[in-house]
Amino acid sequence: MATVTYAQASRHYPGTERPAVDKLDLEIRDGEFLVLVGPSGCGKSTSLRMLAGLEDVDNGAIYINDKDVTNLPPKSRDIAMVFQNYALYPHMTVYENMAFALKLRKTPKSEIDVRVKKAAQMLQLEDYLNRKPKALSGGQRQRVAMGRAIVREPQVFLMDEPLSNLDAKLRVQTRSQIASLQSQLGITTVYVTHDQIEAMTMGHRVAVLLDGVLQQCDTPRALYDTPANVFVAGFIGSPAMNIKTVALTDEGAIFGQMILPLSRDQIAKARAEGGDGKVTVGFRPEECELVSATEGGMPIVVDLVEDLGSGANVYGHAAINGDSERFVVATDRRTMPNLGDTVFVKPRTDHHHAFHATTGVRI
Amino acid sequence: MSFDWEAEAPKMTMLLYGIVAFLAIIGVLLLVLDRVSGRKDRWVALGFLAPAVIMLTIGLIIPAIRTLAFSFMNGDSTQFVGLQNYLWMFAQEESRIVLRNTLLWVLLVPSVATTVGLVYAVLVDRARFESVAKALIFMPMAISFVGAGIIWKFIYAYRSAEQGEQIGLLNQIVVWLGGTPQNWLLEEGPNTFFLIAVLIWIQAGFAMVVLSAAIKAIPAEITEAARIDGVTPWQMFWRVTVPSIRPALLVVLVTISIATLKVFDIVRTMTAGNFKTSVIANEMYSQAFVAGDNGRSSALAVFLFILVMPIVFYQIRQIRRRRQEAM
Repeated sequence: MATVTYAQASRHYPGTERPAVDKLDLEIRDGEFLVLVGPSGCGKSTSLRMLAGLEDVDNGAIYINDKDVTNLPPKSRDIAMVFQNYALYPHMTVYENMAFALKLRKTPKSEIDVRVKKAAQMLQLEDYLNRKPKALSGGQRQRVAMGRAIVREPQVFLMDEPLSNLDAKLRVQTRSQIASLQSQLGITTVYVTHDQIEAMTMGHRVAVLLDGVLQQCDTPRALYDTPANVFVAGFIGSPAMNIKTVALTDEGAIFGQMILPLSRDQIAKARAEGGDGKVTVGFRPEECELVSATEGGMPIVVDLVEDLGSGANVYGHAAINGDSERFVVATDRRTMPNLGDTVFVKPRTDHHHAFHATTGVRI
Repeated sequence: MSFDWEAEAPKMTMLLYGIVAFLAIIGVLLLVLDRVSGRKDRWVALGFLAPAVIMLTIGLIIPAIRTLAFSFMNGDSTQFVGLQNYLWMFAQEESRIVLRNTLLWVLLVPSVATTVGLVYAVLVDRARFESVAKALIFMPMAISFVGAGIIWKFIYAYRSAEQGEQIGLLNQIVVWLGGTPQNWLLEEGPNTFFLIAVLIWIQAGFAMVVLSAAIKAIPAEITEAARIDGVTPWQMFWRVTVPSIRPALLVVLVTISIATLKVFDIVRTMTAGNFKTSVIANEMYSQAFVAGDNGRSSALAVFLFILVMPIVFYQIRQIRRRRQEAM
């Protein structure tokens, strides 16, 4: 039961130009499942390791429950971590792996036994307690790593891409197990992933990082509906949002013959700070429709159709102001076009996003 | 000094004969193989195995059988004497000292050298001066046992009062500390330990290098997981590091044990086995080439062989098991 606070926490590796984590400000509520997400090298793992005490904090501070843990060693922080490669002790059985931390804390044997058995039951590991990690499958090892964290009953769970070594199907299954386990235990959890679907499905809130800088931290729904900048807009959602920088008029953004309307306020903001008569506009593949030629859509030549069974992703290109631009549209199976067809794409009314052309900030 | 061609000519001729004979044998072998290879694989296998088999027979199998036979015969190998040589080995006071010394060597060298190597490897791991520190302790490995023996003989060297200043490092240190210099290698009892120190000095470097590599092979995540689980440095060493490098530890212990059982050069160069410092391999040499007693020498050789065998078997089994695990 704990809150976690990053206060201007920075990590700057010696000999590198920019900090790996740059003045991170983040407050994680008691019992919350917070996901750190971003492309590789964005500093998400470093942020987690700073909280774990495996990485120094060069500037700023980190608090667990208002207690400054910035300079405490890992063992004094009362945290448990699940590693990407599980990091099970190869010379110990499953039982010993889970009991190790408790043994070090001089917990009575009977209590260790109760706690390990309980965790094993939760994770369906009862039949494997006497096996060595070597004799387990990837999924089982992953569960042992979870079990090792659970028996500790720590203040905070830290998970560093715990699903990335599982196959796709097991990953989806384990994803929901971890989420339900977390809500059952109610332990504050910080979870690192590069997979935005994991982030969206598991997190109560999601923090998006890029180049060591926090871009936005909000609920999955809010990230999807109101991305704070171009990067978040492009990162969250699959297939990625169609984002183009186009010319700006008094009515809105010009996509060939199609004009996406912008409010007076948005246009004013787009023109400020060197907007240079341009605006960046995005619309999601699943928030637009294929319409007939007369309904004012943008004509697109189909290059590729990905049939997903339930629907299809249509990839195509259109000439906008002389440049060929690529677009993606998600359609249902009834309106699936053929290769080489020209289709007309129209974003749903008020479902497009506008960003400043140079700063990338939402307007 | 000029090279005397005339005097060296016969040797050169012999060398030439040798090379020609070698090439001729290989040539004939290849020729024969070429002829028969189309017909039978068995002949090809035989052709390739033959040189090795012949050399092993001449160099290993026949001498081994002869040694075994000699060990049951008298000094000049003319009469069968049964187990007398073996009885001598265990009954005589001086040969019992040899066995006791060998036991001391085998108990002390592997354990101390491995411990020193392990502690050193852990201490310098990821230190700033790691490579220099490792080179320093590894360097004795590059010195031959004879060279090491001579170096340490100087370290233990003794000068009496009439001879003037001490030239031995150890005695000079003793003098600086206000003690009286000793003739260390003559001190029966302790002198065996002074010899043992030499082999430890050599083998610790080997142990350190192998164990250091094993320590570096432990995944970083495992040590991090241990830190989060709350280990102290002491617990990290005993509960994570040592179990993780157990296979490497065994290899090091076994390898050093075998080398120790066979130790000869150090004892030969430093005391020649006198002053109750002899070990089996040295005694074997002394009996054969100094005392001229083939029987006793062979019995010692057989006994040494019996001591080494189980260790070698154990090592082979370990290697095989590891290979199976890897598959």
